[in-house]
Parts: sequence; structure tokens; C-alpha cells
Amino acid sequence: MSRIDVRKTYKLFIGGEFPRSESGHSYVVHDQQGRFVANAALASRKDARDAVSAARKAFPGWSARTAYNRSQVVYRIAEVMEDRRPQFVEAVRQGEGGTAASAGKVLDAAIDRLVWYAGWADKITQVTGNANPVAGPYFNLSTPEPTGVVAAVAPADSSLLGLVSVVAPVIVTGNTVVVAASPERPLPAVTFAEVLATSDVPGGVVNVLTGTLDRTVATLASHMDVNAIDLTGLAGDPEQAQALEVAAADNLKRVRRAPAAEPDWAADPGLGRMTDVLETKTVWHPIGV
Amino acid sequence: MTSTAAATTHPGNDWADVTASDASLRRFLHGLPGVDQVGAEARAAGLGTRSIKTTAKAYAIDLAIRMVDLTTLEGQDTPGKVRALAAKAVHPDPADPTCPSTAAVCVYPDLVAVAKETLGSSGVKVASVATAFPSGRAAIDVKLADVRDAVAAGADEIDMVIDRGAFLSGRYLEVFEEIVAVRAACGAAHLKVIFESGELQTYDNVRRASWLAIMAGAHFIKTSTGKVQPAATLPVTLVMLEAVRDYREQTGQMVGVKPAGGIRTTKDAIKYLVMVNEVAGPDWLDPDWFRFGASTLLNDLLMQRTKMQTGRYSGPD
Amino acid sequence: MAKNVFEYAPAPESRSVVDIKPSYGLFVNGEFVDGHGHSFKSISPSTEEVLAEIAEADEADVDLAVKAARRAHSRVWGRMPGKERAKYLFRIARIIQERGRELAVLESIDNGKPIKETRDVDIPIVAAHFFYYAGWADKLEYSGHGTESLGVAGQVIPWNFPLLMLAWKIAPALACGNTVVLKPAETAPLTALLFAEICQQADLPAGVVNIITGAGDTGRALVSHPDVDKVAFTGSTEVGKAIARAVAGTDKRVTLELGGKAANIVFDDAPLDQAVEGIVNGIFFNQGHVCCAGSRLLVQESVADEVLARLKRRVTTLRIGDPLDKNTDIGAINSAEQLAKIRELSDIGEQEGAGRWSPPCELPDHGFWFPPTIFTNVTQAHRIAREEIFGPVLSVLTFRTPSEAVEKANNTPYGLSAGVWTDKGSRILKMANALRAGVVWANTFNKFDPTSPFGGYKESGYGREGGRHGLEGYLK
Repeated sequence: MSRIDVRKTYKLFIGGEFPRSESGHSYVVHDQQGRFVANAALASRKDARDAVSAARKAFPGWSARTAYNRSQVVYRIAEVMEDRRPQFVEAVRQGEGGTAASAGKVLDAAIDRLVWYAGWADKITQVTGNANPVAGPYFNLSTPEPTGVVAAVAPADSSLLGLVSVVAPVIVTGNTVVVAASPERPLPAVTFAEVLATSDVPGGVVNVLTGTLDRTVATLASHMDVNAIDLTGLAGDPEQAQALEVAAADNLKRVRRAPAAEPDWAADPGLGRMTDVLETKTVWHPIGV
Repeated sequence: MTSTAAATTHPGNDWADVTASDASLRRFLHGLPGVDQVGAEARAAGLGTRSIKTTAKAYAIDLAIRMVDLTTLEGQDTPGKVRALAAKAVHPDPADPTCPSTAAVCVYPDLVAVAKETLGSSGVKVASVATAFPSGRAAIDVKLADVRDAVAAGADEIDMVIDRGAFLSGRYLEVFEEIVAVRAACGAAHLKVIFESGELQTYDNVRRASWLAIMAGAHFIKTSTGKVQPAATLPVTLVMLEAVRDYREQTGQMVGVKPAGGIRTTKDAIKYLVMVNEVAGPDWLDPDWFRFGASTLLNDLLMQRTKMQTGRYSGPD
Repeated sequence: MAKNVFEYAPAPESRSVVDIKPSYGLFVNGEFVDGHGHSFKSISPSTEEVLAEIAEADEADVDLAVKAARRAHSRVWGRMPGKERAKYLFRIARIIQERGRELAVLESIDNGKPIKETRDVDIPIVAAHFFYYAGWADKLEYSGHGTESLGVAGQVIPWNFPLLMLAWKIAPALACGNTVVLKPAETAPLTALLFAEICQQADLPAGVVNIITGAGDTGRALVSHPDVDKVAFTGSTEVGKAIARAVAGTDKRVTLELGGKAANIVFDDAPLDQAVEGIVNGIFFNQGHVCCAGSRLLVQESVADEVLARLKRRVTTLRIGDPLDKNTDIGAINSAEQLAKIRELSDIGEQEGAGRWSPPCELPDHGFWFPPTIFTNVTQAHRIAREEIFGPVLSVLTFRTPSEAVEKANNTPYGLSAGVWTDKGSRILKMANALRAGVVWANTFNKFDPTSPFGGYKESGYGREGGRHGLEGYLK
């Protein structure tokens, strides 16, 4: 008789811990072939609000860390992911299909993407900030600052590379994030959360909600303590995206709109995902004896 | 209370022109050299890396014990608790009679008599908080009555709080005159003036409060009540040690310094002593000029003392 | 009266973490090979003990190293995608962190500087440099300086911050796709040789980094080698000028980081106790062996006496001694030669009429030692106000007005750094504008960060190291 394996429970990731949904609900996750894989937690509106609280609580500490420190932490996430290759390859293959080799390439890209973003922590200021030569005896300096708590709708299809591409720019710039994972393919997000929990990432910097979007995203879009929202995961659903953008206007959240179709994640991301969540502060000071 | 009383607080010094008005006092205090936060914190941290000889460490532990004002300031204090505390202050380690006594016990005014009775002729002093400790928010008459009450009950030392509201609004002369009045009410008792540095927030304010309190007649300047975070820190104490050092340079008079609250381990205590030694000088390495306001610190000092003597750690049991 | 019981125990960091070999070869094309010049000894400046025998690279050795670097550039490193280069640099950064204690102890033994500094300042910043530049390798298109490497860089570094100077040279060069041949200083080569081992541990492709030991001749051969595309030099202004002449008429790119005679300017409204710390840090940190040292104190007349009194009191608490002792503030002078120079110039200072003061201090019998020294009543005419001493010697001048301070501060062919101490923000900015110096420290001194560009005006050199600006020197 062959050995029976101990199957994993897939829970939410909020404030550095792994709670079940406070609603007690779960939902069925299938693999690419339609077979049952697991019951994942079905996040509720309250879970979403709790996640925002956790993200807000973590923001002052995370944004106050040196850029060097943040880059070290994000680099460490990459280290731990690399160390867990087989697990991620399996998770990607399961949800997205394809071979182990193609899933391996996806993982390579995700890790390299993390490393790319890690290196931005202490450089984005040098590239987007500068002194301004105003016409007067004043020292004038513009510097970027993190906007605060960001809600992100993770891509529906690219459940690991796309996920990382949406989360990394937000945290490397000093923001904290609540991510609504791909509803059909949430499992890599949970495994990713486990990596975060063991990579020196303070609790609450990244929070992961699994489940269908109807319960969580509307709450996030209208939440008054969320500073920005990334609607990438709503690519191809313009009506929903518009409704959320309307809700976001209540406190003038910075909105990254849903693209028409899911982006090519292999392409150079550019600076946009970082500058979207950075404010620019300009300070004047007279120059005189 | 007029400012002429200030002229006799530290014999030989006449601060009368500085304290003649709020404006002149402000000019003096704001004319003191500023404190750069980053630089002060870096210096304090650097001093914390010094390592002292084992023989010096044994002496340092005993010195630290002798500098402790063993404190209990809880709403739920009882005579029984105070008696036990006082007994411990006299014989901190019942198993070892060579262990020195602490400098003082520190209690609320209504428990001074109990402490005094237990301490007897042991030489351990009774310090009492007063002036509507810890907030200081009461009428001046009430605060002075609080002081007289504690002194009448036998307090050797009075730990007063300054009016932080007045200080932060810039009413320096008011703060000054209050300290002068309290000093008068102390009679022979020694006065410690608590700044509540956590509420003052800036090191510039700590420097100004130091000079103000010293000019008003403080025997000791003290960081905190222990009821507000942050309480004592190395950089705040550094600024106060610089102030008493400078004061002696100018006038020849010494004033004591007491960090209180948040000093829990022997390692912490030794960092403070190193700082005293390098910043103010070895003359301050004496319970007459430096105290620790603490409760749990004593236990760790005793543990380390036992370890140095026997080579073994004992636990809280 | 309390007795002063606070004797500081010797708290020596253990040497056992370090394994110094009896002799070292050159690191060329990924391996240690013999050198064909005259090998020499590296000694510990605090004890004068011989540490190891070091190979000298002769012209043929230099040629082999450059050839190895060229091959590695054309075949491997120059065509490797930035994101792969980045990961090599991240590996190196990590290994430096992992072997941090070993590197700190070795640096203190070989150079003479206190373990407190190597452990808390030098080595952490070395690791941070590699981390910072690792992160540029895959995003050069955002640098504003181009994306194409130059080729082979010949780099010569001094003995005052051996591993840190190596990091400042190698990290940006490699990030930009160049390969390097680096010559460490002959009086402090050991951490560079340990770095070579770290390159091996990181599986860095052979020839990307080559370390060739030697003295002046080796350095000359390297910078004048025809197949070197870029020359980077940190050292004396005299040698810097010689290099500038040598590369004239060639296509070689050059960056120079040379000497300094920085003014540390203290105004009457300065936060005095922190200003004193800044003065002390400015000239006595690293025994004053710092190109950007605040070697001239310009103090406003109205506070001059007070500042000097506080300064002397503070200097009296500095501890000179065994570099491996965690309580040591000031270590040994790096070599007998340097000690002789410091003594010579100090004697000249006295002869020229400046007032000389040092705190009483017991100096060890063996090794090269010089007590912290302060000269007062110094004028611009004195040699000690004009020439770089490169030791723990401070010259004190006074001024009355800001413009006088600026004029005196700028009255030097050097222009590396300056310090300004005042509580007034607008004055900081005004002084910063007026001072002809590449780095201005306001209410602080001797602060370094991989993100912050460092380099001089005038005869302190040209080019910048650190930050985005530090990439320019290594890209086409």
C-alpha cells in the first residue's frame, strides 16, 4: 500500500500570519485539467478590511527603513524562492499547465524580476528625484516618497510571475500592499506568502487574500484608508474596472487602470509600477548667510 | 515667589539678571549651544561599545547597586509592599552580607513614614515623589502642600516634576519660580527635578531644562517619571551630563544626574557609568552625584554579582 | 571623591578567525600564480611582525593579467546580460557579509586601523557597495550614462582603506560590464588577496577580476599598458598628475581621486558638543589617513577658545593602542615611511611658530605610533596649513565672517571635502554653494554611502565614485 500524503491547507496571509477566512468559507481550486486540487480560503469583506489594517500598521516601520535594508529584504525573498524551486515549479505547472521546463522558465523570470526590483530600492530616488534650479536663491529638492497602503488585483493568468511583478515594485518603494490573488490560480500566491513569512519581511507589509474578487476588491476600492489601487487583474473586464475606478475616486486613490489584456510579463517593466505608488515632495530652503 | 531666592540656591552664583524676566531667561536658555540629534545619538551609541576590565566590572556592579533608588510608584502599593522593598534596599542579597545597600527607596508621599520606619538608621535614604507626580497638573498650593507633607513624614529627598505644559509653551520663568518654591519647601531635603524628557521630545529642550533647573536650585536633575515612554535614554542622559559638566566649568558647583525608567540590565547600567566617566568625569561616579531610578535593575545586578563571585547564574527563582 | 575605576580592559578580537598564509601569489585568470618580480614582506604596523611574503608583478606579469582581463571581457563578461552580471555581484556582496568578521580582523592587522572601525564602518560599507552596484548591472539604461562598457580597467588603490577602496573600484567597473586588473597598496594587500578567494567562491568567471600585487613599478606598468581602456587611481596628487601626463594623447579614460586639505568650519552657533565630535572624527578617524580628512579647523573667533578647550578635553579621552582591541579609538600609523613624514611636517609646524599640543598618552614599544596632535595659531602661510600630512594632526585657524571662512577654506589647490557646523540652514546652503569641494558635510563629517557620489574639485582629482554618478566613469 503506497503512502498517503498529508495535504496542505491554503489559508490567507494577513499581518504576517495565516488565518482562515473569518467567514469560515472556502472554495474549490482546480488544476489546468479541471481536477480538484484544494479548498482555498474564500476571503470576505471583513478579511479585506483586516488586511488593510495590517498593511496600515506595517507602513510606518517599513517606509522608515533604509532603502538599503528594503533591497536586502527583497533580495532575500529571491534567495528563498530559488531555494524552493521544486515547490514553485510544481505550483506553476499545476495552475498554468505546461511542462516542468516551461514552469522552470517562469520561475527563473520571477526570481530575476525580484532581483531587478530589489536593486531599485536605493536607486529610484536617484532616477526620479533631483534638485531643481529655481530662479532664486533657494535650494529646491524633489524626492519621491511612498504613498502608503496599496491594494493590488493580481493578474488572473500569470499566477507567479505576474504576481511578483505586481507586488515587488510596491514594497521595494516602501509601500505596503494587500493583494487579491488570481481567483482561479491562487495557490502560488499562498506558497509565495510562505516565502515572505520566512524572508525577514515584516508582518503586514504584504497581505494575500485568496478567493473570488467580488467579495474583496470592491471593499478595497472603496476603503478610505487605501492610498492607491492597481487594477491589473481586471484586464479584459472594463465594466468592473470602471466601477472600481469610480469607487476609488471617493478618496482620490491613485489608480493604475486595468489593461485591455494581460500584459506580457517578460517585457521590461519600466518605472511605471514604482512611480504610480510614489508621491513627489518638493522642499524649498533659502540660501544666505 | 520672586527670583531673588535663586541667588542663594547655589551660594556664590547670581543668576538674578538672567532670571529677572521671562524674556531674559528665554534669551539665556535659547542662547545655549544647540544639540544635533544625530550627532548626540551617535556619541551615546559609541560610548556604549566600551568594554571594561573584569575587576572594574565587579566594582561597577557594586557601585551601580549603591546608586539605585529602589522604586515603587503604583496605585496598588501598600505598606506591606513598601516594607518589603525597604528591607530589600538595606540587604539586597540576604544570602550575602557583603552586598552593599542601595542609595535610597523612592515611594509616594503617603508611604514615606512606613519606609522611614523600616529603614531606621541603615543609611538608606527615603526619596519621595511629590508635586502631583507624575503629571504635575495641580494648583501650585496643592503641589507645595504635597512637598511639605512628604518632608514632614521624613523624606530625605524630594523628586519633583516640572510643569511641562508651561515649559513647552515657553513660560520658562513660571517653571523656574515653581522649582524655587519647591526647593524652599524642601527645607533640608535634597531636590531632584524631573523633566519627563519623553514629553520634552527634543534634546535642545533637555539642555534648556537642565540649565533652568540647576539655576533654580536643583541638587539633581532627573530624566523621567518612568510613567511615559520613552523614559531614560543614553542620549538624553548624555545631554544632561554635558550640562552639569559645563555648569561646573562655569561655577565650580556640582549637580547630580539621575536617569530613571527603562534601565533593566547590568549591561545597560554599565553603559551609563561609562558615559558618566567619559563625559562628566570620575567625580560623578558616586551615589551623591549619580543615581539610577529603577526597580527590576537591582535583580539583574544581583544576578550578575553572584555570577562574578560564584561563576554561576541563578534564575528569578 | 570617587576613584577612577573604569580601566578599560583590553578586549581583543580574536585573530583565530583569520588564516594568513606564509606567502601569496598573484591572482590572474581565476588562479593564484607566481610573480616574477622581487617579492616583499607585508608587516603589521602595530607590532612590526612579518605577516606574509607578497609577490611582485613585473611587466610580463602585468601583461598576462591585462590579457586575461581582455579575454574575459570579449568572450564572457562584456557580452553577458546585465541581469546575470548582477547576480555574480550579489553573490560577492553576500560572501563579504558572511566573512565580514574575518575581513575586519585581517584589515586591522594589515593596515593598523582599529577593529571598531573595520567591523562597524569599513566592511559593512564594502558589502553595501557591492550590493548597490549589483543593482545597477541590469538597469544601466536608466543611468543616464549609457550602457556600453569600456573594456579593461587598470585600477591602483591606496593603503588607507584597502578593502573599501577596492570595492569603490571593482563594484562599479564590473556592474558596467568591464573587467579589471587591480593593484592594491604594497603596505596593505592582504584583504585584496582574500577578496580574490571570495571571487573564486562566487564562481566569478576567470579573468574578470585580477589582483596583482607590487609597488610603484607595478602600478606604472599597469596604468601605461596599451591595452587598458580605463585607468582609475586613488592616491597622492603627485602620482595622479604623473598618470594624467602618461595617458595624454591616448584614448584611455581616467578618473583620479587624490589628496585633500579639507577645512572643517565651525560657526559660533554650531551645536558645540557635536561639532567637537565632528572635529575629532574628521581628523583622528582612521589615524587621519583620510584624503577627505578635516585637517584644518576653521573656528569662528568668538567661540575659538571654548571650542579648543572642549576639543582638548575630548581628545584626552581617546585611546591609542592595539588595533584589535575593541576599546581602541586610534590605531597605528600604516608604515615607518608615513610615520617619518608625519613627524617631519609636525616638526616643521613647531619651527614655523605654531603652538603644538598632544594629550599625554602611553605609546606601545613596537609598531608605528603618533599621538593626536593639535597645532594652534596656524596661518595660511604655514606649511602645515597647506600640505597634506595624512596623519592625526589638526591645524587650527580662526575667522570672523562667513566670507573670510570661505576665502580661507578655498585657499588651497585641493578641493575634496569640507565641513560646516552651524544651526542655521540657509547658512549651510550658502556655504555649500561657495565651497569649492566635491563633498560638503554639514553638521557631520566623514560619512560615506554607496549611493552618495564622492570625488574632488581642482587638484583633488576628477570623476566621482558612488551613486548614479559613479557609473559615468565606466561606461562609453
